[in-house]
Amino acid sequence: MSQPSPENSTAEPGGALKEAEGRLHLALRELGRTSWVITLLSIFVALVIGAVLILATNSDVRETLGYFFARPSDFFVTSFEVLRDAYSALFRGAVYDWNAASPERSIRPITETMVNAVPLILAGLGIAIAFRSGMLNIGGQGQIILGATFGGFIGYSLQLPMGAHVTLAVLGGLLGGAIWGGIAGVLKAKTGANEVIVTIMLNNIALLLIAWLLRQQWFVQTGSTQPISAPVHESAQLFGLLPGSFRLHAGILIAVAATFLVWWLMERSTLGFEFRAIGENPDAARTAGINVAKATALVLIIGGGLCGLAGAAHLLGTEYRLTGGVAGSLGFDAITVALLGRSKPLGTFLAGLLFGGLQSGGVLMQAQTGASVDIVLVLQSVIVLLIAAPPLVRTIFFLPSTDGTEKKKNPRRRRLRDSEAEQAASEDKAETTQGAGR
Amino acid sequence: MSEQSTAPETTAVQAEPLEQAETQLQPIKWKFPITYLVLALMGLGFALLTPAGAETEFRSSTGNEFISIPAVIVPSQASTLMLSIALLLLAGLSLFCAGRRIRLGIWHPLLFGLLFVLTFLIYAGAGRGAVIPMITLLSGTLMLSVPLIFGAMCGLVGERSGIINIAIEGQLLAGAFLAAVAASFFTSAYVGLLAAPFAGAAVGGLLVWFAVKYHVNQIIVGVVLNVLVIGLTSFLYSTVLSENPEVWNARQQLPRIEIPVLSQIPIIGPVMFNQTILVYLMYVIVIALQILLFRSRWGLRIRAVGEHPKAADTVGINVPRTRVINTILAGSIAGLGGAYFTVGQGLAFGQEMSAGQGFIALAAMILGRWNPKGALFAALLFGFSTSVGQTLSTIGTPVPSEILLMLPYVITIFAVAGFVGRVRPPAAEGVPYVK
Amino acid sequence: MKLELQGVTKRFGTFTANDRIDLSVEPGEIHALLGENGAGKSTLMNTIYGLYSPDEGQILLDDQPVDFTGPGDAVRAGIGMVHQHFMLIPVFSVTESVMLGYEPTKGPGMIDFAEARQRVRDISAQFGFDVDLDAKIEDLPVGAQQRVEIIKALSRNAKILILDEPTAVLTPQETDELIAIMRQLKEAGTSILFITHKLREVRAIADKITVIRRGAVVGEATPESTETELASLMVGREVSLTTEKEPATPEDTSFEVEDLTVLSPTGKVMLDEVSLSMRRGEILCVAGVDGNGQTELTEAILGVQEAASGSIRLDGQDLKGLSVKQRINAGIGFVPEDRSTDGVIAGFSITENFVLDQYDQRPYSNGVAMRHDVMRADAQEQTARFDVRMGTVDDPISTLSGGNQQKVVLAREMSRNIRLFVASQPTRGLDVGSIEFVHRSIIEERDKGTPCLIVSTELDEVINLADRIAVMYRGRIVGIVDGDTDRDVLGLMLAGVPADEAKIQAAQHQTALGEADEIADEEAPA
Repeated sequence: MSQPSPENSTAEPGGALKEAEGRLHLALRELGRTSWVITLLSIFVALVIGAVLILATNSDVRETLGYFFARPSDFFVTSFEVLRDAYSALFRGAVYDWNAASPERSIRPITETMVNAVPLILAGLGIAIAFRSGMLNIGGQGQIILGATFGGFIGYSLQLPMGAHVTLAVLGGLLGGAIWGGIAGVLKAKTGANEVIVTIMLNNIALLLIAWLLRQQWFVQTGSTQPISAPVHESAQLFGLLPGSFRLHAGILIAVAATFLVWWLMERSTLGFEFRAIGENPDAARTAGINVAKATALVLIIGGGLCGLAGAAHLLGTEYRLTGGVAGSLGFDAITVALLGRSKPLGTFLAGLLFGGLQSGGVLMQAQTGASVDIVLVLQSVIVLLIAAPPLVRTIFFLPSTDGTEKKKNPRRRRLRDSEAEQAASEDKAETTQGAGR
Repeated sequence: MSEQSTAPETTAVQAEPLEQAETQLQPIKWKFPITYLVLALMGLGFALLTPAGAETEFRSSTGNEFISIPAVIVPSQASTLMLSIALLLLAGLSLFCAGRRIRLGIWHPLLFGLLFVLTFLIYAGAGRGAVIPMITLLSGTLMLSVPLIFGAMCGLVGERSGIINIAIEGQLLAGAFLAAVAASFFTSAYVGLLAAPFAGAAVGGLLVWFAVKYHVNQIIVGVVLNVLVIGLTSFLYSTVLSENPEVWNARQQLPRIEIPVLSQIPIIGPVMFNQTILVYLMYVIVIALQILLFRSRWGLRIRAVGEHPKAADTVGINVPRTRVINTILAGSIAGLGGAYFTVGQGLAFGQEMSAGQGFIALAAMILGRWNPKGALFAALLFGFSTSVGQTLSTIGTPVPSEILLMLPYVITIFAVAGFVGRVRPPAAEGVPYVK
Repeated sequence: MKLELQGVTKRFGTFTANDRIDLSVEPGEIHALLGENGAGKSTLMNTIYGLYSPDEGQILLDDQPVDFTGPGDAVRAGIGMVHQHFMLIPVFSVTESVMLGYEPTKGPGMIDFAEARQRVRDISAQFGFDVDLDAKIEDLPVGAQQRVEIIKALSRNAKILILDEPTAVLTPQETDELIAIMRQLKEAGTSILFITHKLREVRAIADKITVIRRGAVVGEATPESTETELASLMVGREVSLTTEKEPATPEDTSFEVEDLTVLSPTGKVMLDEVSLSMRRGEILCVAGVDGNGQTELTEAILGVQEAASGSIRLDGQDLKGLSVKQRINAGIGFVPEDRSTDGVIAGFSITENFVLDQYDQRPYSNGVAMRHDVMRADAQEQTARFDVRMGTVDDPISTLSGGNQQKVVLAREMSRNIRLFVASQPTRGLDVGSIEFVHRSIIEERDKGTPCLIVSTELDEVINLADRIAVMYRGRIVGIVDGDTDRDVLGLMLAGVPADEAKIQAAQHQTALGEADEIADEEAPA
């Protein structure tokens, strides 16, 4: 069986699956295989679900439902109008507002989208690095808080010249996140502590830590008992890129640079090779001489650092004052960004822009139509759930499955067949697992 | 055939040197003794910080019991000093025993924990002029533990069958939401209680659907489901519920049911047996799970599926079905726990009101090593530390309440890092089963 | 009960795993199904056991066609199976393991433990098994685990017992016990279908032999057939069971292990003061049943496992304290035991796997960034030299067959200058063609003057390759003997009997396999 036999080609994906069973990289590779069509369809389904929610909660629509059988056209016309208003507001709030009073206000939304996207992209990159290295960093939230805390404290408590101050504050944020991620990383490397659990716990600890800090006068430096800090000095703020009322700041440049750096790190550097190797198969990596413990710790330190950078950029570019809610839901949003971006740098960048746009659009939608901005969370989660399960999207749209064979009607049969192919593959390739008893 | 007679004998002889070597070379485990030593030194620190001449008063009765226990007043410094010396002795004993490879019984950590807590309470209450209200402390513990215990039970049923559940938080929140809405709409807290499990089960159903049918990474699904539930409930809260709160979000409370006789027992009576039906349900669920998981056919099979699904399959157990049913069942338990936030306490629904309790429940499950009994104690421990934090912040103590609130998380990190014993999850958890 | 297969065909996509298989097992017959790795044996067994349903053909029990929708049906019909990888739950007790799926209950779904224990006790007594009912599976030796599996099958009144590669994890003596059990079952009227790729076992045990190759039955044979006949039937061409090699010309001693002790993470002694020394240009094979410390020995040499005490010296340099990377760069070539977990990264390309342990060395990198063009060129050259059949070097390595993956590993380890070659189970799971290639490569490496340490659980492989043989048992080296030592002596040593004593014992009586061996030798044309 040393010559490549035709059966290998069909049986192969199953064989690879078998080895990867349950591993994170399997999930991610699956994501990576999904086409852009699936992504677009997922977004479409999410918008449909959002539409149903908007209609169901709209009082005008409910009213027309009351006399639906008398005059159904009212229901459809009202529904159409409500949806048109809502989704056009979503789009205008995210990209270009053709209804705005001035040209400046028209293009403001796209800049707001970028402002929102900065922390999402940076934190998303941090999560993505961990994903590709086989780790689930659920701790974005805590790392962002620490980054914002470090960056903010340096920003308002020190007096430094212009360039140096902002650089130091940004680096401080990086350090804060790196420390918080590093705790999880070092514990995983040294004791094998599951990073999912540790980072979840660290999120909560960070929330309590900042709550405590904001009660300390030496920390907030405001002279009031409000749990809010002094604003960062102008010298520590990320400078604006556009004049006037635009909030777009230099954070977007940091995000672009970080995207490129992460690409180079993962694809071109030896360190990235180590990261990917431990993500795919830590045992083989160890056998090949890679220091798995060191790489593990580094992944979460660098990932945490990027999340910290996100927190710092958010605080120094937009928020200026530290509060208990500084991180909002950024940490969890970043996970969805990384997933939607398939853990690739460019994908994460684009996913960050998309979700940033949904947020700025959602604000306008709420202001103009009363549909709550919280719907953005629903859209986000539905999109990510769907892209994680391409077969589901294919089923919804009656698309053929990608394995090239015609689809069988009975799902149970289909599942069996897939798994059989795996079994055959493993047998055919003589991939025995006799060593499993080890 | 002739080998048969000699073979066992040979093996027995050969077995000897290995085991002998084992006891000699096994590395000494220093993690526990060192943990104890650090805690004992902390206790000593409390003692040294206790103001001289101060007194601490404990009150342990509500005045309703058959026998009422008089308040206890102790001299603060003397007792903390004595207690911390006892702690140091216990830590020393554990060091000594570790060095000699002697195993200590379960009494050691229990006694140590009790003394440590006492030391802390006496220190915290010293000379404040206020009493430490034991009843409030303990009933607060139970109150705060209820959603944790429900959540932890949900987590462990799912994980025993091999499905990791990070969505407990979302299940609690969904349960709280549906309980509030149903109770408000039908103006009956009991309707809310009946509705809540369906919300939790629905989230569980989604989780297991994506996990079993599409083999999506379970942690990812869990995280995303949390976001989905927060989004949905917040969206509905800020639209429908806020538009018409009298119909959709009016407060309803489950009545307290006092169990005769039992509620008269000193200390535990008023704490445990003057509660709502939800809390009694919790007692039943914990006890039932503890028995069923280890003594019933259902328990044996669910554990088999979580440990080695292929082996379960070869004896005719339907692995996907077992996982689906049990994860949904588990979800309904968490849904019930969610009801505690609204109808259980007589509150209206508020955005994100589960406030991370689902994650503490997850922590309790891990700390309890996937056992109902263990998870119960872990949840109570977490509830207790929060309760102490709340009680102490009202009487004003030097320890910031945030520190006490952090305790569950810190303890859990120590647990997964191996300082509080070996944590061993079900072997096949998180692994999709493909034949 | 009689089992009959008629034209059973099983396809996966375009790949036919079983092609019109006809097979018949009479009541009380021990029927061997012989085929090499990947021939389709396991698929066939899983079909009989109801895990798959056949695409064509049918299965008959006592001449009645049956249609199983799952293993449950098969078990109810009287089929029991002992899987190669035991289907036992490590944290369960023996009693729990046996009753799982068929639990006696009392009351509402509560298990009747007394009844369950009695059942296990009854069956154990009937066949003279000695098992501790409350022992946890993970604490039992493999031989005992296998007995639990057999009890499990018998407790469900199995009339047909399928044994899938049952001897893979047993010592020859344990194998003898298993053979005795099989014969006892046969006396009691149980039919046994016994799957293996080991010629010697088949001849010792089977009443009837069916040989399959590439998914199809290629012939039937009787135990009287010679090994060469069986082998050529199984592989489809004339095979030489041994690889040609010149006698070794060992030079000076270059690698030494002294009093090496390794502990498991839980503190168990896995390797107990092992000493050995190797000379340039010789092959030292380490024989032993799985789990007797061989894995720890190789991993301690590479540094993946830390040594508790003792020393390892390569060309006079003490390896103590060196990281895995430093040891690899000091000239250790390493082929791990389990290719898919330790040897290759499935999702990486062939190129990336080719540089897996050299990725940060010149010329593949400048220390920070990697040089993809150099990596590709070298991967192309070396994979061609090692005859890897593949598309391009950019394909994921998971697209290759097991044999070709192993060749990539060999190419990686042998294409640089190494001073010690360590390979663990280098041919496990490979087809005969690949096995021959791997063996030739190892002998070539030896002839270049590299000391080669080969760990194998297959006595055939050991005897074929070794210049000297070290036998391990329970973490110790029982003895180091010449490469041409008698199989029975080695068998006894595998069970821990010291070399001298083993020679005496072996002279007194032979194992069943040894007997078969002897007959084979007599029959073989001189």
